[in-house]
Amino acid sequence: MLLIPCPWCGPRDEAEFHYGGQAHVPYPQDPSSLTDEEWARYLFFRDNPRGPFAERWSHTAGCRRWFNAVRDTSTNEILTVYRAGEQRPVAFQPSPAHPARPAFEDEAVQAEGGPGGTAPSGVEGAQPLHEGKGRGGGGESTQPFRHPTRGRIHRDEPLTFTFDGTEYQGYKGDTLASALLANGVIQTGTSIKLGRPRGIFSAGVEEPNAVVQIEEPFPEPMLPATTVELHDGLVATGLPGQGRLATTPDPARYDAVHTHCDLLVVGAGPAGLAAASAAVRSGARVILADDQPEPGGSLLGTGELLDWVDETAARLDAAPDIRVLRRTTVFGYYDDNHLLAVERRTHHLGAEAPDHLSRERVWRIRARRVVLATGAHERSLAFADNDRPGVMLAASARTHLHRHGVLPGRHAVVFTTNDSAYATALDLTAAGVAVEAVVDTRPEPGEWAERARQAGIEVLPGHAVIATEGAPRLTAVTVAPYGETTGRREFAADLLLVSGGWNPVAHLFSQAGGKLRYDEELGTFVPDASRQAVEVAGGASGVFDLARVLAQGAAAGARAIETEGYTAEAPPLPRVPAHPQTPPMRVFTVPGREGAPRFVDLQRDVTVDDLARATGAGMRSVEHTKRYTTAGTANDQGKTSGVLASGTVAELLGVDVSALGTTTFRPPYTPVSFAALAGRDRGALSDPVRTTALHAWHVAHGALFENVGQWKRPWYYPRDGEDMETAVLRECAAAREGVAFMDASTLGKIDVQGPDADVFLDLLYTNMMSTLKVGMIRYGVMCRPDGMVFDDGTVIRLARDRFTVTTTTGNAAAVLDWMEEWLQTEWPELRVHCTSVTEQWATVALVGPKSREVLGLLAPRLAVANDDFPFMAWRDTTVAGIDARVCRISFSGELAYEINVSPWEALTLWEALHEAGAPYGITPYGTETMHVLRAEKGYPIVGQDTDGTVTPQDLGMNWVVSKKKRDFIGKRSYARADTARPDRKHLVGLLPEDPGTFLPEGTHLVAGGVLPEPPVPMLGHVTSSYRSAALGRTFALALVKGGRDRIGERLYAPVGDRLVPVTVASPVLYDPEGARRDG
Amino acid sequence: MADTALTVPLRSPLAHAAGRLAAVTRTSGGAVRLAELPFLTQVNVRLDPKGAAADAVGLALGLPLPVEPDTVVRAGEQTALWLGPDEWLVVGPPGGQRELESRIRDAAGDEPVSVTDVSAQRTTLLVAGPRAHDLLAHGCSLDLHPRVFGPGRCAQTTLGRTQVVLVARDDPGAGFWVLVRSSFAGYLTDWLLDAAVEWTG
Repeated sequence: MLLIPCPWCGPRDEAEFHYGGQAHVPYPQDPSSLTDEEWARYLFFRDNPRGPFAERWSHTAGCRRWFNAVRDTSTNEILTVYRAGEQRPVAFQPSPAHPARPAFEDEAVQAEGGPGGTAPSGVEGAQPLHEGKGRGGGGESTQPFRHPTRGRIHRDEPLTFTFDGTEYQGYKGDTLASALLANGVIQTGTSIKLGRPRGIFSAGVEEPNAVVQIEEPFPEPMLPATTVELHDGLVATGLPGQGRLATTPDPARYDAVHTHCDLLVVGAGPAGLAAASAAVRSGARVILADDQPEPGGSLLGTGELLDWVDETAARLDAAPDIRVLRRTTVFGYYDDNHLLAVERRTHHLGAEAPDHLSRERVWRIRARRVVLATGAHERSLAFADNDRPGVMLAASARTHLHRHGVLPGRHAVVFTTNDSAYATALDLTAAGVAVEAVVDTRPEPGEWAERARQAGIEVLPGHAVIATEGAPRLTAVTVAPYGETTGRREFAADLLLVSGGWNPVAHLFSQAGGKLRYDEELGTFVPDASRQAVEVAGGASGVFDLARVLAQGAAAGARAIETEGYTAEAPPLPRVPAHPQTPPMRVFTVPGREGAPRFVDLQRDVTVDDLARATGAGMRSVEHTKRYTTAGTANDQGKTSGVLASGTVAELLGVDVSALGTTTFRPPYTPVSFAALAGRDRGALSDPVRTTALHAWHVAHGALFENVGQWKRPWYYPRDGEDMETAVLRECAAAREGVAFMDASTLGKIDVQGPDADVFLDLLYTNMMSTLKVGMIRYGVMCRPDGMVFDDGTVIRLARDRFTVTTTTGNAAAVLDWMEEWLQTEWPELRVHCTSVTEQWATVALVGPKSREVLGLLAPRLAVANDDFPFMAWRDTTVAGIDARVCRISFSGELAYEINVSPWEALTLWEALHEAGAPYGITPYGTETMHVLRAEKGYPIVGQDTDGTVTPQDLGMNWVVSKKKRDFIGKRSYARADTARPDRKHLVGLLPEDPGTFLPEGTHLVAGGVLPEPPVPMLGHVTSSYRSAALGRTFALALVKGGRDRIGERLYAPVGDRLVPVTVASPVLYDPEGARRDG
Repeated sequence: MADTALTVPLRSPLAHAAGRLAAVTRTSGGAVRLAELPFLTQVNVRLDPKGAAADAVGLALGLPLPVEPDTVVRAGEQTALWLGPDEWLVVGPPGGQRELESRIRDAAGDEPVSVTDVSAQRTTLLVAGPRAHDLLAHGCSLDLHPRVFGPGRCAQTTLGRTQVVLVARDDPGAGFWVLVRSSFAGYLTDWLLDAAVEWTG
């Protein structure tokens, strides 16, 4: 959502504005002096440059002012705005791109207790294992892979859940995946195309395999088991790669909340916590959003610094201006630092979720600055048979151990290209898992290998996994020197932990328009520069050393709020021992057993061979191989496979991966339910319902309603057992023979005031309004500059300088905007103002030969005789004791009045008319009867009988187009050759030869009684079609080529497989001499 | 109109919803207070802010018409809302529209001003209580933090899916006026009641 700076109101959401096309295209001084070509150029031709473009906007939902903006059409950046009538500024600067993270010298924030991460602290093992919260308790006997003490699970809160029909036990704090692993279940389903067994592969949102269907408490398809918080009574099933939508409506509530902050920090890992804590006590409004139930991010998975995490979380929770959003995924990063996040508020409560809380909430966040601390995802490797249940990302196994106290297997082999997997090997060993070997592709793995050997783990440098065995679960791993097939060794293992390196989670940065660059050392893509006010910190920026991560986060947070004018303070940062570092090796594919699949995208079953087929077919871009193979298109969006796919394609093409790049990241980062996006805009609230002051009466009297725009208008009022046809015939007969009344309050009404009001209306309408006398009313038509009918209505002259004009119901806002556009942008010198008064008045149409008598009964002070109160006059009087403005207007050809009163008194008026008219059989009627009555008289309805290609002349209304006025909007176009063509479509009447045959609206019209071979020349189409009580037959209105010259001619209307003969007639089929108008 | 027809009982756009609005105040324990303020006098004034009429009208009203966008000026029971650089809405207690309209016209004399009674065009909802902000934030993209949208501020914007005029009341605890087109008032009420469920349980 762009922020557009209104020159008056300041920055507002784009949705408040209306686009008005190219600026500085003035209405020609004298259109009549232009050639057709010049006029056509004004009408139809606009520039379409790439780059800065001056255009007009209107702040329609705000101050209603038109203004100009210079927008860069290639970036959508609004470069400057200026008021209507002002010169286009010559100088403006696009905002520069700035780096995702500044140079390190700027990040001199000192960690408390010493400089973070500068002094190596010697060779150590990995962090000591975190002791779990609470111990013992039953359950371990039924959860054979649960460590007795480790993890942050709540052992005092056991939970029962069901997976694939079997009941299991887990703990509060588990995910569905970790609880399954604790119970020895690793396979969760089969793959989508090949049906191969697949198991839990990760511990987070990147999960490609363990995608499950939740059955209870409410059906939800395709959720990664690694993100489903366990709750009591959860029922889930594994999926063959595809879920099932619920078949019953979702009873839960969903909502959305707008919020604003000085700083949004995405991710509450070490960098994010440090960034947010720099703002404590500063007064800056900060939001820290994290997708997990508790802050800590990667530290929860490594078991490091957990005391600092808890202390920091407590400080943030206590800070008045900091809002910590847990279980909240920021999934979209849009223009002008507008970010969307979804908070899962009650999922984890299961059946206990309270009804009054929304299940999910979409946060619409407008942030002055953003720090992305979204961490990194571990990458897999494409080796042979790398998809068996038991193959898992190395750091994920460590996470399952530290967070959930789960041992994902008993005998593990670790396969890595970098240092990070050693910590997993060491931690698992300490927890009792037998790590059979660390297989490292690097010939010299360095210090970490030494640490592993000291812990008794065999390290195989310069080796790779070339095959796996097991059905379904992994039972053995075969390794060989990297690149060779001899010298094999086989290890019995039920767990193979893989690390192919780390990919910064750059999704949001990329969505924001930020550019990525290839980092040679990391072998992956990292955030580079962006035009938005965003910085990236920690793993998301490609920095993995914990001390540097903390310092970087704190510095980024401090910089952000100081830019916004607040004073940051250095947050307490923990002392972190530095670890040795040996550069990673860039590996994507690993040769293996001949014919064994090497999966790149596990969720789409895409292998190296599939990608080879794509490059073999000529694909040279990852965007093309993605579409050819579907790699990266599953609902995990390739989080573990994207860079691997790029690397694989680069190898296949023999180019460097840096030249290939990645596919484009688009929102949402993780799948978001449609229900969450809809929020409360569904059901009865999906669109506003507009009602008149009389709505309750219509409902109480059985009206059926028609939607006209957002209005609910009475359609017809069926009496007991009546169908629509019968009811409408009855209502029409009452209006033609007795008296009937309808609620016409929805007509748009605009008060036009000022000394130049008549000049303005003369320019706006095709006919003359300045000659209208005070006290009188005139029908008028408005056209667009191209001469096509835009709206019609009546103009009531209240005073020399004041008019009320009416518009069609659906066009009220558009007409007012149209008036403002011309006044503000073309004719600012006219002293006239327009104000909507649509709801200031309620209007009742009183129609029929007996209407004068009924009005006379209620308006004793009004002289109702035709000579005293002629057609197209208006009078102020009282009706039923209520101040009223009565207009003699007819949309039916009958004697009729429109009575306007305050809506506060409308019900009193309506009921008085109902009572006074009772002796005459007064009948309420709806829009359908109104349409029939007007169609019998040939009165067109704009938008039904016109479609933006119809001139007043086409409608047979030459009389409404002034010949006297020098100019009005549309005039010049009537001299164009196209509008003067004799074969234009004219509005005519149609009479089916069989008076009972009804022509559906939209029916085409053709010339002959036998259809020729296609294409069949089309003469026109039916725009309105009704049964007429007055005519005793069906009839229609139609737009027909040269229609007025065809009156009396027979045409044919294909209806189903019949050709219905019809006769072209005048559109005025009832009372053509107008005898009924005066009663 | 309304102030002369004393014999006819007036019915406001949200008369039918009064009970449901009051129930929110009750069941939310005062966290959210909702009520219709019906029949307020509302007169739309258009004039050149640099012309002679601006000062004359200000004097006649006893309050200067605000020239800073999106602000209000209050004096006694009268409030003038900035709607545009040459447009204001003067709001007062019920029944005063005729008198107010003629007072403005008289003050302007021969200067061109447009004065339109729009008292029935919109009705006014009071949204107050400690959760008033949070409730409006469900459907309003403006920053309603008291630092940004405190007393003296008003804005024409969108709430839910309808246009409104929002006015911050004088005392930060007094909540907001939400002026809404009468035909949309029923929808907006349903929307507010639905959004308030968070606190009414």
